Amino acid sequence: MGKVGVVMCPCELEGMTLFDPEVLVEGLKGRKDVLPLIHHQPVCSESGVEAIRAFMEGNGLDRVVMACSKPELFGPTFKKALRQWGLNPSLSGVLGIRPTAERKGSDDLQEALHVIEEGIDEIKRRKPAKGEKTPFVKRAMVIGGGITGITASIDLGNGGYEVLLVDRLPSIGGRMLQLSETFPTLDCAQCTLTPKTVETGQHPHIRLITYAEIESVSGEVGNFLVKIRRKAAYVDWEKCTGCGLCQEKCPSKVPSEFERGIGPGKAIYTLSPQAVPNKPVINPEVCRYFTEGKCRVCEKVCLTDAIDYAQEDTFIEERVGAIIVATGFDLYRKEDIGEYGYGDVPDVIDGLAFERLNSASGPTAGEIRRPSDGHIPKEVVFIQCVASRDPERYMPYCSRACCMYTAKHARLYKHKVHDGHAYIFYMDIRSMGKGYEEFIQQGMEEGILYLRGRVSRLFRDNGHVVVWGADTLTGKKVEIAADMVVLATAMIPSRGAKELAEKLHIGTDEYGFLTEAQCKLYPVESGVEGIYLAGCAQGPKDIADTVAQGNAAASKVQALFAQH
Amino acid sequence: MDKPMTTVELPDIEGRQTFLAEVQERCGENLGLCYQCLKCTVGCPTAPYMDFNPNTIVRLIQFGLKREVLESNAIWLCVSCETCGTRCPNEIDIGLLMDALREMSLEEGYRAKEKGVVALHNAFMESIRRGGRVHEATMLMEYKLRSGDYWTDLIPGMKLFMKGKIPLLPGRIKGIDSIREIYKKTQKQRKVLEDREGKSK
Repeated sequence: MGKVGVVMCPCELEGMTLFDPEVLVEGLKGRKDVLPLIHHQPVCSESGVEAIRAFMEGNGLDRVVMACSKPELFGPTFKKALRQWGLNPSLSGVLGIRPTAERKGSDDLQEALHVIEEGIDEIKRRKPAKGEKTPFVKRAMVIGGGITGITASIDLGNGGYEVLLVDRLPSIGGRMLQLSETFPTLDCAQCTLTPKTVETGQHPHIRLITYAEIESVSGEVGNFLVKIRRKAAYVDWEKCTGCGLCQEKCPSKVPSEFERGIGPGKAIYTLSPQAVPNKPVINPEVCRYFTEGKCRVCEKVCLTDAIDYAQEDTFIEERVGAIIVATGFDLYRKEDIGEYGYGDVPDVIDGLAFERLNSASGPTAGEIRRPSDGHIPKEVVFIQCVASRDPERYMPYCSRACCMYTAKHARLYKHKVHDGHAYIFYMDIRSMGKGYEEFIQQGMEEGILYLRGRVSRLFRDNGHVVVWGADTLTGKKVEIAADMVVLATAMIPSRGAKELAEKLHIGTDEYGFLTEAQCKLYPVESGVEGIYLAGCAQGPKDIADTVAQGNAAASKVQALFAQH
Repeated sequence: MDKPMTTVELPDIEGRQTFLAEVQERCGENLGLCYQCLKCTVGCPTAPYMDFNPNTIVRLIQFGLKREVLESNAIWLCVSCETCGTRCPNEIDIGLLMDALREMSLEEGYRAKEKGVVALHNAFMESIRRGGRVHEATMLMEYKLRSGDYWTDLIPGMKLFMKGKIPLLPGRIKGIDSIREIYKKTQKQRKVLEDREGKSK
């Protein structure tokens, strides 16, 4: 075996420097199996890359270890370059060496040397793949069937690539399917989304794998092997025609998760009448047959004998070349917020519940009626920044969409209840999208009263929800006996996002949002080549931004596929 | 906060809506648009002497706190310089608003916090009614009678008079009839105001 090349980057970052390359080379002097290159410009520069090529070519090297400070940024570029030079990228490695303020901290130096030596040994152990190269699979998997995943899938499908769209729920559409109308145009969410979901369902290049979760992922770019668990639906989707009779006749009535607990759902359900695919599933936790051992009404009424109580989870394995992760968000649980009643005050609901309340397909058919007694609320208090921007107790970040959707809620409420009164407690109003500020102003014109301050307590009193808040503009405390309170709770990563990230070997931040390779220049790349991020899985954002990211991730995948 | 935070007692929705609607109707401004950016207040020459800043007045109207607004001295200390309205990002003309509030305050029998301002205003209007333009000597005399403040600025006034800066006899403009016509048309309202002034003394 020939020698292994070692390249040290002399790059300087924010006044911090890497170890002096010459000192490091001095430390490697004892090893006869390495050939070091010292280049006095950053290796990621054009001259740096060129120098490495000349160095490898001149010495007949096929293996090289690179030590630089940002391997996640330079690594993919370097591997691409190796491929272009006709070398096998898997025989080279890019190591991360932390920059240090001191050029000669001896402990740090030893540690860095240790990392480099281990890297060299690891590279020496690698063997070139025998036989032909494994073929590059030009089909993509999109995890998460919300508006982001749908957007990315349609783009990829239109590009001619085969797409597998995996969703945890029985049908696609995600959070947007729960929304009533969207800002800043007040379009009906379902009217804008349904054509997209239908297009996805009927697209010749898109295959839906719904009610399924990712079990494990192995392999690398061009050849990921993904194992998927298809949860038991207890309904044979091949036989089912989606007539809906089973849902109509199902005797169980339980608070529906989709309706955010303010409306009833059935044990056998689809998420909406326009669900794609329009096939029901049985929730065994509430189904009378599964819990009490008798009922079987759905089985009796089904015209095609599609009900199958004995169904079990099945596993599918799929090979894909690239993966887009668009797992979306959840809302911070209002049950965890003490000062707002731990979710025990019945007329305190969260933003998504208000969306359901206002939605024509929701439990009240779009009439604003408060959950406790069905009365039309005359005074509604909306509270922004609930569990957002609260580093001490909840989430330190801004959830980005709440200023806008709260204004939207208040406006929609006033459009429906003309003599109603809407108050919004806010800290700042962040309306930086196109047409957003105008939207807020329109709301003020329509008579929404904005109160600058937080709410310290909510409690139920005599059928009202009493709100203790502040108006810092007058420096006074404000007490409002409201009929209903809507909390704009923080967006958090969707349940299980962290576990999924671990399976994919991609990073998450401390809150569980997936981390991009670099926040400005590589916003949809993960740290792993071939895996891309989009939408609220990466951080809170509104629909416009999330769709843009879905488009971006899809175009990245297409560029990747086009190279092979 | 250097002051203890007191609780503001919001009136019921109806009262609140009525007051807001009434004020908006009168001044023709949409007060819902207020950003509370405080541009009006920081530019206001008399805000330091007001009990409520101009932006707070808008806030109190939104809250429907009628008594607080109509009893405040802020509405009387406003000199209608229009700096606020010129600078407001939402084109709320606070000068017009203050005018409307002053009228409402008098009409509804609230005690004007700054009696002198009302007295001077009325003396000014009377002076114009008499001659078509202001005649300082008679106007000031009337003001002093109305306000009961006989001594303030007496010496500077005498000095001005000695230098011939204040003409002794009131003149009359040519178009006095037109002026009178205007007064006649607005007489009814004026009468009310006069009565109020009498009452609040």
